[in-house]
Amino acid sequence: MKHSGRFGQFGGFYVPEVLIPALEEMEQAFYKYYKDEKFVAELNTLYKDYAGRPTPLYYATRFSELVGFKVYIKREDLLHGGAHKVNNCLGQGLLAKYMGKTKLIAETGAGQHGLATSMIGALFGMQTKIFMGAIDVDRQSVNVHKMKLCGAEVISVKGGTETLKDAINEALRYWTANVTDTFYLFGTACGPHPYPTIVKHFQTCIGTEARAQCLEKIGKLPDIVTACVGGGSNAIGIFSAFYDDKNVKLVGVEPAGKGIQTGKHAAPLMAGSVGILHGTKMYLMQNKEGQILDTESISAGLDYPGVGPEHCLLKDTGRAQYVAVDDKSVLDIFDIFTKCEGILPALESSHSLAWVYSQKGKLPADTIVVVNLSGRGDKDVDIVERSRK
Amino acid sequence: MKSYKQTFAGLKHAALIPFFVIGDPDFDTSLEIIKAAIDAGADVLELGIAFSDPIADGPTIQKADIRALSSGIDIEKAKDFIKKVKAYKDIPIGLLMYYNLIFQYGTEKFFTDFANAGTNSVLIADLSIDDVDEIYTPARKAGLDTVFMVTPNTETERAKKIAEKCTGFIYTVSLLGVTGGRDTLSDMIKPLISRLKSITDVPVCVGFGVSTPAHAVELAKAGADGVIIGSRIVRIIEENLNDKKSIPAKVKSFLTQIKEAIVKV
Repeated sequence: MKHSGRFGQFGGFYVPEVLIPALEEMEQAFYKYYKDEKFVAELNTLYKDYAGRPTPLYYATRFSELVGFKVYIKREDLLHGGAHKVNNCLGQGLLAKYMGKTKLIAETGAGQHGLATSMIGALFGMQTKIFMGAIDVDRQSVNVHKMKLCGAEVISVKGGTETLKDAINEALRYWTANVTDTFYLFGTACGPHPYPTIVKHFQTCIGTEARAQCLEKIGKLPDIVTACVGGGSNAIGIFSAFYDDKNVKLVGVEPAGKGIQTGKHAAPLMAGSVGILHGTKMYLMQNKEGQILDTESISAGLDYPGVGPEHCLLKDTGRAQYVAVDDKSVLDIFDIFTKCEGILPALESSHSLAWVYSQKGKLPADTIVVVNLSGRGDKDVDIVERSRK
Repeated sequence: MKSYKQTFAGLKHAALIPFFVIGDPDFDTSLEIIKAAIDAGADVLELGIAFSDPIADGPTIQKADIRALSSGIDIEKAKDFIKKVKAYKDIPIGLLMYYNLIFQYGTEKFFTDFANAGTNSVLIADLSIDDVDEIYTPARKAGLDTVFMVTPNTETERAKKIAEKCTGFIYTVSLLGVTGGRDTLSDMIKPLISRLKSITDVPVCVGFGVSTPAHAVELAKAGADGVIIGSRIVRIIEENLNDKKSIPAKVKSFLTQIKEAIVKV
């Protein structure tokens, strides 16, 4: 490997020997193509014509009135597939194509990454397998159908917690046996190097656009940029463009599930400790001995015991601040925001909206907040309905 | 304490190396099973400490990990377990485990405590030679030998680097994939054994997918210094959970067949 893939003490590539050649090949290909003129041009065309970039920065008038300060929404929910996941999938998918790979595998939690990978599998004519925890298959069935319609095979992962963590375990196991012809299209800015770097790179378009849109629309940078954090790809995508803007506060919102104090959550930055899982050193939900704990969140996409290594560093350096909101606040804001704006936010993205709502009456009226609305909530309508009963 | 060097030097045949998860299906039965394996002629033991997310393991070992964890195994008990095995017989013991458990315990302390308990080496499934600096010196300081994995897709230059860092043996993975019984040996393993033999004198022990006496013989003939058999034995445990008392004898009988076969090579 040419790079260490470290973010301070975090990151690295803690994987079985059998995967090293595949990660090396991927690292080499990424650094060969990510600035390559032809690759970039092709990717930008796909971003524009296939995914629907740039996405708008929308001033949420009624929601702003409700909270008492100015809230702008980065509309990643309008992208093809319904979430920011397509940014990364087009990037990695194109990389797979340039590398001559013909088979894709991916893990998925909420199904958004699985769907985006399935779309790209269809687009590039690649055979696609999606690993998804059995519980998630059940709670995100609409996305499962969509993946199958795109021609992907969806493998329901039994055993363990039957959520995202186990989907990743199984995808990694499958990859070790099929490492020569299969490209593992990892969904978030986590996992072994080079994934955190690659995924961040293909998601920075969110932040780059949002920053330029702020300057153009508002004439200045926002005071706060906020995003939900599971593995952390949408957050790192928008945060990274503002790193050097020291006056812009970055707020990542983790899922507090039933409440941090209950232990039934998925908020490793808030309540975890440093450990190693899925190839990376990161904050992790684990017991004293290092066994990984079960997680809980109403949003399948954030239901993961770890978090991307760069977020771990941003937390330690204090450049970003991390908070958590519980399931109840998320369900409440889903309702409030939808009625205010006529936009259904994904339960994942609802976490950042819930944090913004919690700041009602606490921030000056001229405060400008940008929320990354990473996905749309159509997939969550059933969960929201069920939770009301 | 018997070292790998003494063991391999003293053997006229390939070493029989069974793998078990400590505490599978429970502490006491597990200890009886391992004593039976020793009685059957195991030359080295490869023992796992259960982890919640074993990404290098197939379904058989995953289930063994769950059984061991459900029966209440933890690091302290694992240490005690090793002492009890060593009290039964002075046989080299290699641990095979995942990094997070060691990292949480404290790497140096883990190596020291487990060396004192009678462990000869600790192979970390999810730590490659690229991060050797995190463990090599503390392991050697604690008096442990080092063992790393080589897989069929490891390039020769890299395999050389790995061999240089293996003071115990090279854990040679026979195939691309996770642990688990297989009907036939992968066609990648013989070329890999030859390749390793041409670059190093460190003992080459082969694991993953080794399931039958015929496999063991084939590997021994191909030049393997040891055969590591895991999932196939762990399956005996899995298939006899309703009659745990019968497991040690069944494991002994299976391993005796393997031993008899490799002794003849």
